[in-house]
Amino acid sequence: MDSVDSIGTETIGRIVARLRGLPGALLPVLHAIQAELGFVPPAAVPLIAEGLNLSRADVHGVISFYHYFRDAPPGRHTIRLCRAEACQAMNQRALEAHAKERLGIDFHQTTANGTFSLEPVYCLGNCACSPAMMVDHELYGRVTRDRFDEIVVAWEDR
Amino acid sequence: MSSTTVFVPRDAAALSLGAEQVAQAIAGEATARRLDTRVVRNGTRGMCWLEPLVEVQTAAGRIAYGPVAAADVPGLFAADFLNGGGHALRVGPVEAVPYFNTQDRLTFARVGVTDPVNIDDYLAHDGYKGLTRALGMSAAAIVQQVTESGLRGRGGAAFPTGLKWQTVLDTPADQKYLACNADEGDSGTFADRMLMEGDPFVLIEGMTIAALAVGATEGYVYLRVEYPHAHRALDEAIATAYERGYLGADIMGSGARFNLHVRLGAGAYICGEETSMLESLEGKRGEVRPRPPLPAVKGLFGMPTVVNNVISLATIPIIIDKGAAFYRDYGVGKSRGTLTVQLGGNIKRGGLVEKAFGVTVRDLLYEFGGGSASGRPIRAVQIGGPLGAYLPESQFDTPLDYEAFAAIDALVGHGGVVAFDETVDMSQMARYAMEFCALESCGKCTPCRIGSTRGVEVIDRILSGTESRLHVELLAELCDTMTYGSLCGLGGLTPYPVLSALKHFPQDFVKV
Ligand SMILES: Cc1cc2nc3c(=O)[nH]c(=O)nc-3n(C[C@H](O)[C@H](O)[C@H](O)COP(=O)(O)O)c2cc1C
Ligand code: SF4
Ligand code: FES
Repeated sequence: MDSVDSIGTETIGRIVARLRGLPGALLPVLHAIQAELGFVPPAAVPLIAEGLNLSRADVHGVISFYHYFRDAPPGRHTIRLCRAEACQAMNQRALEAHAKERLGIDFHQTTANGTFSLEPVYCLGNCACSPAMMVDHELYGRVTRDRFDEIVVAWEDR
Repeated sequence: MSSTTVFVPRDAAALSLGAEQVAQAIAGEATARRLDTRVVRNGTRGMCWLEPLVEVQTAAGRIAYGPVAAADVPGLFAADFLNGGGHALRVGPVEAVPYFNTQDRLTFARVGVTDPVNIDDYLAHDGYKGLTRALGMSAAAIVQQVTESGLRGRGGAAFPTGLKWQTVLDTPADQKYLACNADEGDSGTFADRMLMEGDPFVLIEGMTIAALAVGATEGYVYLRVEYPHAHRALDEAIATAYERGYLGADIMGSGARFNLHVRLGAGAYICGEETSMLESLEGKRGEVRPRPPLPAVKGLFGMPTVVNNVISLATIPIIIDKGAAFYRDYGVGKSRGTLTVQLGGNIKRGGLVEKAFGVTVRDLLYEFGGGSASGRPIRAVQIGGPLGAYLPESQFDTPLDYEAFAAIDALVGHGGVVAFDETVDMSQMARYAMEFCALESCGKCTPCRIGSTRGVEVIDRILSGTESRLHVELLAELCDTMTYGSLCGLGGLTPYPVLSALKHFPQDFVKV
């Protein structure tokens, strides 16, 4: 992905213009872009840099520092599977293996049909209902392997 | 007939177990039966094993039912639950549940009780009493109260809050800032989340008092992006607070000004470390700053800044309202007041337990937690997040107390208690601690950045059985280097979980 289409360019320009006055505007700008486009296209970097009076290296450095920002389009839905300790205490490792097998992908990958991306996450604040995961902005607790399959089926149609 | 109020939590943990579907089923069934009900979306009472926990306001008080699934709803109506009728899921009044009524709910007094985003409900439950008092006090007097309360930071470092505020108050500047640390990155913790979702106004009130006390006019909540539900609740509450004159240019008609903004993190654990958080708020990579200077002297955008955890700030209103002595009377030794303990992992009754310092780990695990979820013996607990030590059974009688924990090389941290049953392989937990450090290191210092990766390798060598003893020594040396050569707690404290696992569970490191 090296070019942004005209819609993307327009979106990025609009977001930068709207938020550039904020103190420390870069993270809010990146969040807004990712919320609209699903990712931060590499071609956005010079546009952001120019708009916020930063160097391209600065902008790139920030994007690459944070796990949440991505530079390639995600699947239609993103599954974030918790890998942290409380979930490990409740069979997270088996769930992780099952999830990868069910989806046929590893972490940081997207299913061939473009429906799901799978990302690791380190605690979702649902540690009393482990293991936990999130699909887009919806949280799930006590995710057994069967429940994982049900959730995936439900989201396939959304 | 007047309408019956039914409470169904909007807390993320409850939603993760189907609370939304339950709320819809109740509304639908009530309509079908032509019953006049009003569904209020409250916070959680913190008893997660009973979620979704539905409460009904009856003539005899609030009666709870749980855990309720959407499929249970017709049966509940048939059992006349709107009048507290008998049913297999009937819990009774929450205030009669031992888990709940043996707690000391100060910071969490309203969580689960009120409608979190309804300011009138907040006001009807002692809301804004602290700020009202604070507006009649001098800045120095507010700081004095906080100092005398004995409150120490609940984010992990346990630094006296009053002392920090005093430094900011005493540092002259044209602009001062207040930054609330809502990054809550520690695994096993969720108190900040529950508070923000269940009573966001108390955080806003606490921040407003803090701002008055130190002379800050701009405040930020640095919220982790993994908390969309808390984000929504905060946004709603902040908008209402502005509308009703509790934020903005003229707070409660006093002429005092305080503006509050929410900023999102982006999935970096290190951004919970306060100087890294400030860098992030400035729009930069979250690299840890060397200190001095302290953030209290030179913080956000180079200005004096108070950085406090959500729970620290949300505890301020009750301290100012009821006085320092009231709060200080809870607790033991130098650990005053209450800790909002979070019970998680392999535990039967997980959830939030707000309790005066001094309660033992054993009481938390068994009296409150009811033992493991699996029914097998609890073998280890990790307390204080991913940088906290693992405690074996022989240490379960340790009281929650900052000094008692320090004495056994452990951390209280943000109060997360994660239980593991006997199936746990502690060598894997030690390995994971190193892996996590490598993944989340900000990269600034070598012992953390390289040492953690080396740590994973060395543990793998130990487990492969080749020259195990030599590699155990190497691991100890490596931990020593990390402890003394790291700029911040990520590299500096990762040895806690690693060495405690090795010390208390050496048999797990010998593979046959
Ligand atoms: C690696 C690391 C991660 C931290 N994460 C958090 C966090 O998520 N939330 C928090 O409040 N404090 C966190 N802290 C502690 C903060 O640096 C700081 O001490 C705290 O926010 C100050 O507020 P308090 O005095 O009210 O606790 C972390 C510290 C370290 C070293
Ligand atoms: S210890 Fe690790 S996280 Fe902390 S400053 Fe050093 S490299 Fe960064
Ligand atoms: S450890 Fe998985 S949700 Fe907290």
